[in-house]
Amino acid sequence: MTSDLIVFLVLSLIAIASALGMLFSKNAVYSALFLVLNFITVAVFYLLLGAPFIAMAQITVYAGAVMVLFLFVIMLLGAESLAPSQALPWQKPLAFTLALVLVVEAVYIILSRAQLTAAVASPDASLNSMDSLREMAMMLFNNYLLPFEVTSILLLVAMVGAIVLAKQEKVGLK
Amino acid sequence: MVPVDYYIALSALLFVLGALGVLIRRNPLIVFMSVELMLNAANLAFVAFSSVFKTFNGQIFVFFVIAVAAAEVAVGLALIVEIFKSRKNINIDELNSLKG
Repeated sequence: MTSDLIVFLVLSLIAIASALGMLFSKNAVYSALFLVLNFITVAVFYLLLGAPFIAMAQITVYAGAVMVLFLFVIMLLGAESLAPSQALPWQKPLAFTLALVLVVEAVYIILSRAQLTAAVASPDASLNSMDSLREMAMMLFNNYLLPFEVTSILLLVAMVGAIVLAKQEKVGLK
Repeated sequence: MVPVDYYIALSALLFVLGALGVLIRRNPLIVFMSVELMLNAANLAFVAFSSVFKTFNGQIFVFFVIAVAAAEVAVGLALIVEIFKSRKNINIDELNSLKG
């Protein structure tokens, strides 16, 4: 068993445990913190896979910005824990059954043809990071220039939309 | 050397956990977090394949997915705040009509 595999197994245990913690904790703040832990383990996976730029973007955008926004909204609304409702009592067992079926199916299909595919390159082979970063930037700004610009417009529209939605309406002003 | 199948299996597991969260939780904020978890699982598969095929296309897709997810969270959370302001309640079992 190589050290790569041990690191992978430990990290995947942490990732799955924190995802379960996110699902089943009663308090939404704890859910958000578990999700931060999950995002950070995924960022470490990106580092193991030789994608340092994506790992850093993951930490700054997801674990930083997005989750801070989530925590703000949870605390703003006081939505730490909602009263459980019994509107669809059969939904929970059905969801668990379907999820179990899906996971067994997916893992069986993926691992049953495991010998066909290649192993991931170990990070030190592809992690001379400045070169890979430069190459990725060349690709992003040449082949993917139009999607990049469209993304910037999307972010602008989302910003305007969020401001318009959250704006206080002036009542009584005609 | 870790086989790429392990990464894909882990990504499938995380995706299923996210889908389960969307199905069983009634707090829209946690439903949102589960959606983020599913996006992350897909990103992990992208990066794993990009590392196997020694190309940057997968990583650039992940970059776009992160940007779109950030936009989605901004608008979605603004919508949740607005629903809370008009209904004083955000339990999604009780939000069953479009009319404000």
